[in-house]
Amino acid sequence: MNATERLAQGFPDLSRMMVARQPHWMRWLTATAILAVLAVIGRAFANGQIEWSYVGRFLTVPAILEGISNTMIMAVLAMALGIVLGVVVAVMRLSSNPVLKSVAAGYTWLFRGTPLILQLLLWFNLALVFPTIGIPGLWSVRAVDVMTPFLSALLGLGINQGAYTSEVMRAGILSVDVGQYEAAQAIGMGRLRTLRRIILPQAMRVVTPPLSNEFIGMVKATSLASVIQYPEVLHNAENIYYANSRVIELLIVAGLWYLLVVSILTPLQMLLERRFSRGTLQLVR
Amino acid sequence: MTKPLVAIRSVSKNFGDFQALKQVSLDVRAGEVLCLIGASGSGKTTLLRCVNQLTPIDSGGVWLDGELLGVREERGRLHRLTERQIARQRLKTGMVFQRFNLFPHKTALENITEGPVQVQGRKQEDALAEAMELLRRVGLAEKADAYPSQLSGGQQQRVAIARALAMKPMLMLFDEPTSALDPELVGEVLTVMKELARSGMTMMVVTHELGFAREVADRVVYMDHGTIVEAGAAAEVLGGPREARTQAFLSAVIR
Ligand SMILES: Nc1ncnc2c1ncn2[C@@H]1O[C@H](COP(=O)(O)OP(=O)(O)OP(=O)(O)O)[C@@H](O)[C@H]1O
Ligand SMILES: [Mg+2]
Repeated sequence: MNATERLAQGFPDLSRMMVARQPHWMRWLTATAILAVLAVIGRAFANGQIEWSYVGRFLTVPAILEGISNTMIMAVLAMALGIVLGVVVAVMRLSSNPVLKSVAAGYTWLFRGTPLILQLLLWFNLALVFPTIGIPGLWSVRAVDVMTPFLSALLGLGINQGAYTSEVMRAGILSVDVGQYEAAQAIGMGRLRTLRRIILPQAMRVVTPPLSNEFIGMVKATSLASVIQYPEVLHNAENIYYANSRVIELLIVAGLWYLLVVSILTPLQMLLERRFSRGTLQLVR
Repeated sequence: MTKPLVAIRSVSKNFGDFQALKQVSLDVRAGEVLCLIGASGSGKTTLLRCVNQLTPIDSGGVWLDGELLGVREERGRLHRLTERQIARQRLKTGMVFQRFNLFPHKTALENITEGPVQVQGRKQEDALAEAMELLRRVGLAEKADAYPSQLSGGQQQRVAIARALAMKPMLMLFDEPTSALDPELVGEVLTVMKELARSGMTMMVVTHELGFAREVADRVVYMDHGTIVEAGAAAEVLGGPREARTQAFLSAVIR
């Protein structure tokens, strides 16, 4: 009798037994319950006062298509402005210069502390405060001509976004090891180049998920610009239902477009994350 | 007597109330390999970091190749150099860190070419050729396209040495380059350093590898509590230290 056999004596032989599958009764039960609730809601909508044919018809009318493209243009541009501002403000906030630090902190405080819709209205109505904008004596324009719905929305959304993005970027920059700054300095890099070549690329890996989140928020926040006449999708949907009174149908049309856009963004986020995780060990599954 | 390549004169450094360096003076001649030894907290890293200005000094001066580092004298006063001027001065030294500090988002090759291309403005293809040559020199030619996370500690440290050498420095600083490594990986890094020493590179090495110091160092400096207690030829300091503190340290380490 060898050592293995001796140790096995007195114990049942488990080596050839399979682990039985657990029956997941609760999962089946809850899933059935949820489906039942969904069926009830679905029936209610199907039998409710909704003309589904209108939804289908208005989904692709020119005004709606133009609206969703305006929505996307605004979301992308305002987010770009927000990211640029966010990086600059994050760097200011992390600098040792007390003036830069306070300016950055003040900016974040002001634009995070007031409602976005209020900021949009302020930008749009800037002409009430400053009838003309320009350099006195040299060049000036009337503020009403400059502060178009487009520019007001871009400034309002972008500058507000910058205040939030700066905190995300700050977290990303702080996540990079100090050894990276020292290694970059040791090969003679200045502060800006270190930031651009070494720190930000590593911070991007950390900030991509929260920034994607922010971008999805931005797509939907553009709908607030409807109050300042920017022709985004909700604004155009409203204009249509003012004319034909199909309120719910057109709100559903706009909602479906938002859902579609946000659904496309998720795989894009995956691509970005893969791009920025270059060099880090992937979790193998 | 020729001028020393590095002249450290009465350098002091405080962290708050704590004196990390107290009036340290030291010369390193061109081509010399100098090993710094001493207990933890004795100021070895701080001294090394003062030489490439990662840590600004409080008083005293460091001259590298005849050039005063970090400050400029004008009408009896010292003025701090700008960030850009300091960056330019750093090009004369290469530094190797205890924890490698490779850029994780760049391959081994990109880590090495980053400085020459971005900072020194050298042509991409020249930098690439030189980087490949350096990788061959540290025995890692086949790892050119590997990311740091795909390399062992010893391989990462050898890439880090190549990255520092790519800037063609006149002085190499090593801060405990092998103390973060598994024991079986220490040898490969020391081999590269020995080859570098033989090639005539001036080196300041903080190390606990007394065998390496005995074999490679021209001089050994023993530090304690922010001062240099004993400095001399490697064989003398390690073989027959004069100071009681050095003797106590060595007998504690060698055991
Ligand atoms: N940035 C800092 N802030 C405060 N204290 C510091 C700082 N850097 C170093 N010190 C202190 O200065 C002293 C000298 O540190 P240093 O890192 O030079 O020692 P060392 O000889 O390299 O030690 P070790 O062998 O552990 O690396 C230590 O007591 C340390 O705590
Ligand atoms: Mg140290």
